Amino acid sequence: MSINRKELEEIATLAQLDIPEQQLGEITASLNQVMAMIEHINEADTAAVKPMGTPHEAQQLIRPDAVTDCSHKKDLLALSAHADEDHYLVPKVIE
Amino acid sequence: MINLSIRALSELLQQKQISIQELCGVYHDRCQSFNVNTNALISICAELSAAELLQAQQQLDAGELLAGVPLVHKDLFCTQGIKTTCGSNMLADFKPPYDATAVTQLAAAGMVNLGKANMDEFAMGSSNEHSAFGVVKNPWDSQRVPGGSSGGSAAAVAARMVPVATGTDTGGSIRQPAAFCGITGIKPSYGRVSRHGMVAFASSLDQAGVLAVSADDCGLVLSQMCGHDPLDSTSLKTSTWQWDKPKDSNMQGLRVGVPHAWIDALQDEGIKNKTTEAIEYFKQQGASIIDIELPHADLAVSAYYVLAPAECSSNLSRFDGVRFGHQTNAAENLEALYRKSRSEGFGEEVKKRIMIGAWALSAGYYDAYYLKAQKVRRLISEDFNKAFESVDVIASPVSPELPFKLGEKADGVSMYEADKFTIPASLAGLPCLSMPIGFTAGLPVGLQLIGRYFDEQNILALADKYQLDHDHHMQIPEAFL
Amino acid sequence: MSIWDRWEMVIGLEIHVRLATNSKLFSGMKASYGASPNSQVSFLDAGLPGTLPVINQKALEYAIRFGLAVDAEIPPVTVFARKNYFYPDLPKGYQISQMDDPIVGKGHIVIKTDEGEKTVEITRAHLEEDAGKSIHDKYDRYSAIDLNRAGTPLIEVVSEPQMSNAKEAVAYMREIYTRVTHLGICDGNLQEGSFRCDANVSVRPKGQKELGTRAEIKNLNSFRFIEKAINHEAKRQIKLLEAGEKIIQETRLYDADKDQTRSMRSKENANDYRYFPDPDQLPIAITDAMIEAQREHLPEFPEQKIQRYINVLKVKADDAAIIANDIQMAAFFEAADAQSKADADLNAKFLLGEFSALLNAKGESITTSKIDVVSYAGLLDVVAAGGISRKVAKTVLEDMWDSGEAAAAIIKAKGLGQISDSSALNELINQVIADNPSQVADYRAGNEKMFNYFIGQIMKKTKGQANPVQTKQLLEELLNE
Repeated sequence: MSINRKELEEIATLAQLDIPEQQLGEITASLNQVMAMIEHINEADTAAVKPMGTPHEAQQLIRPDAVTDCSHKKDLLALSAHADEDHYLVPKVIE
Repeated sequence: MINLSIRALSELLQQKQISIQELCGVYHDRCQSFNVNTNALISICAELSAAELLQAQQQLDAGELLAGVPLVHKDLFCTQGIKTTCGSNMLADFKPPYDATAVTQLAAAGMVNLGKANMDEFAMGSSNEHSAFGVVKNPWDSQRVPGGSSGGSAAAVAARMVPVATGTDTGGSIRQPAAFCGITGIKPSYGRVSRHGMVAFASSLDQAGVLAVSADDCGLVLSQMCGHDPLDSTSLKTSTWQWDKPKDSNMQGLRVGVPHAWIDALQDEGIKNKTTEAIEYFKQQGASIIDIELPHADLAVSAYYVLAPAECSSNLSRFDGVRFGHQTNAAENLEALYRKSRSEGFGEEVKKRIMIGAWALSAGYYDAYYLKAQKVRRLISEDFNKAFESVDVIASPVSPELPFKLGEKADGVSMYEADKFTIPASLAGLPCLSMPIGFTAGLPVGLQLIGRYFDEQNILALADKYQLDHDHHMQIPEAFL
Repeated sequence: MSIWDRWEMVIGLEIHVRLATNSKLFSGMKASYGASPNSQVSFLDAGLPGTLPVINQKALEYAIRFGLAVDAEIPPVTVFARKNYFYPDLPKGYQISQMDDPIVGKGHIVIKTDEGEKTVEITRAHLEEDAGKSIHDKYDRYSAIDLNRAGTPLIEVVSEPQMSNAKEAVAYMREIYTRVTHLGICDGNLQEGSFRCDANVSVRPKGQKELGTRAEIKNLNSFRFIEKAINHEAKRQIKLLEAGEKIIQETRLYDADKDQTRSMRSKENANDYRYFPDPDQLPIAITDAMIEAQREHLPEFPEQKIQRYINVLKVKADDAAIIANDIQMAAFFEAADAQSKADADLNAKFLLGEFSALLNAKGESITTSKIDVVSYAGLLDVVAAGGISRKVAKTVLEDMWDSGEAAAAIIKAKGLGQISDSSALNELINQVIADNPSQVADYRAGNEKMFNYFIGQIMKKTKGQANPVQTKQLLEELLNE
């Protein structure tokens, strides 16, 4: 598996990253190196193998439906680079 | 004093031969003076927190062993009101409004936080060269890397800027820097320590652990960090554990599995010799050495570089410049806000992994790569299960190479492949540690011990027994004496 | 010839039902509607690094309960997945939803339209977290983000594309609405978005098997709008097709003011969601015990209620249907029935008659009524025992509303109780007989119609308080003496 520049641009769009034009070639090559390495997983016969998502077979923790937290409005909005006293602000979205 | 064990430091404090303030002061001074040489810390607390000192004193009075012992946290543990950068420009000014559970638990025992340790950005890297806050230098040779991603934690302990540091390990990020810096480091079983408040890299692999001088110190601190956390669905209900230090170095009856194929393939004769010597010592002490095979372990790096980037690509989507973290100055529209904030905030290695992950999860590749890699992960895990039918502990090299020179490895893939001994146990979620087993060419060499799931006791006990008869872990680089 | 002779619609609905839990799906933050902006946002809800989701038990239970109410399969294991896309009101850059193993599998419901009954299959229903809200009209250049809603629990109920006109779609939506409100898992508040719907609409020439290209109309939250929106959208598509153009698969927004749909530009790029199992959570085992516990919570649905009201409580069929189909009214009716000794039929008549009239006049609903069920039942008892007539009861009801006092107190204070004292009635009737000699003669001569004249006179004198049964009996006796 390998990707070309156009596919790299599509991936960058999915990941919301900018890649400067002059770096496209270099990054494509670098990703293709990794992809070549990844390709080895195909050497394994996994026909009868179940995917493993997590190392342990434990039960998911379930929480009772209780309100245990209170407002953090001030703390949260203070972390934002752009907020008014009530809201986070972003460049206008046209739906 | 700077080479005393936690038990010895605690005794000094209990007997009032030194106060908590004095002890922490000594280390605080060392942090400040040696950070210039090592760059091990991203931030050093300007002064010790009065509240922490009070808590430390109360815990000391209550007889708590860890009370008053200073430490630094890897800079991806959220610390309330204290900058938590993850080694990234993205979080250069991020002061979390809450503490990670591990941080809370260590503070509750009276440990005193002196600062935050440097790291590869978002824990992605094996050399600490991928930090937005500069490279960390290996205390044993300032031309060389300390390993990564917990390189700052490892270097800080190696230079005795602190007796202990927290770290995290996703594919070797505690063990490899511990080996490179000549100290002991343990990554516990997945689910042993809460991940709440640890900025996530790869959720199904990340696990917090300890870097310290000795296995005993690691065991003491890990006992305090672990335990079930209702804020982390993947932390296990049975995760409370107490380190039990063995009485002697007798290894009678212990079955140590060795993947000889790994050792045979080592290119570095020094590492090979040290590894063989250490295993020979186990045998002398009465352990039986059993050759094991891990047939799918060769695929571990490949599977890991699908799974970890996939999870990271999603975990790092929250850094969009809106609610916290870096926001670009030049956003004419929403798309630009996202793309510029993220591109300016993330370093090259992080961006690369995000893109690999986005690709592996994208339509058309999911089954062939992501799902396939999860299946390979199970095969690797089953290899370990099979091996542990006939052995109690597995011993192997940590890294196929010695600490390399800064800037020496431009090629990403060769750096990835150097994690081939540490990644398999990460995929299986097993407890594993690295301990110093000597020096070659003036550089430290580590040995990896891997245990059964939730059997931290056996690997730490084996390391502790080894350390009773050896002083490799007690060595301090000359410049930091 | 109508266009519907040449074309037919195919409609599938995705209904989002907000679950009426106290806390959010994955955090302990309050989940209620209408709080001041960003005041109900936990660190997790804001997507802060290091925070981890822990599932709300009640949300799981409610989802299972829904599954049982639509005869659906509940799988033994359910898994959360991440749906990855960037949007300002999606704090983590992914929504925690479900993909491969939803909590509710295939089910079905029966809908009724003028054309009769029809079974509509439900493909699945899955649990997911809601997004926050983007406010576009507060600033010219910015959209403002409120995350209060982010993380509130939803089930998304997905139907098969089996509805062939807008009326069926509305009937389906109403039936699901009835189920979720009767189950008590949703507050059913349409204005607040507790129940909203996306409609997938396509058209095809009559008789054609293959489905046409569909458009998705987002966020319909009224039964009236959904009908109009679907009809409008189908006509738009037919117009395009008849002009030889193609339908683009896209997301559209219905503008109720203009009665038209338009393309949503903001959703254009979001086409590869890279779903994968959420590595922060483990698979959830749904045990038989969990399912059976929810089965016990299954309520009586309107159809069953109507039968019981008619057959057991002896309520008139029309009244039974009106009451049973209104969940609040049914609850009030049943509570009053339990409180009061009056016949359920009187209860039903009074509830739909005098009480509903009063609520209408006051512009209130049964849930905001100032008269609670206990007071209401008290009044019913007085009427049933003949203490006052229904006509007087109406004025007592108004007094109860205004004063907040109990019926008995008002009746006593105002002397409204019926005159049932036979000696008092005797005296009154004798008086009327004495005052109207010619009418008495007339009656005694055989004009039986005059009887009602005397009743009228007595009621006039007593302002309607004379007990009608007793009055009639006594009057007969005295006139026939």
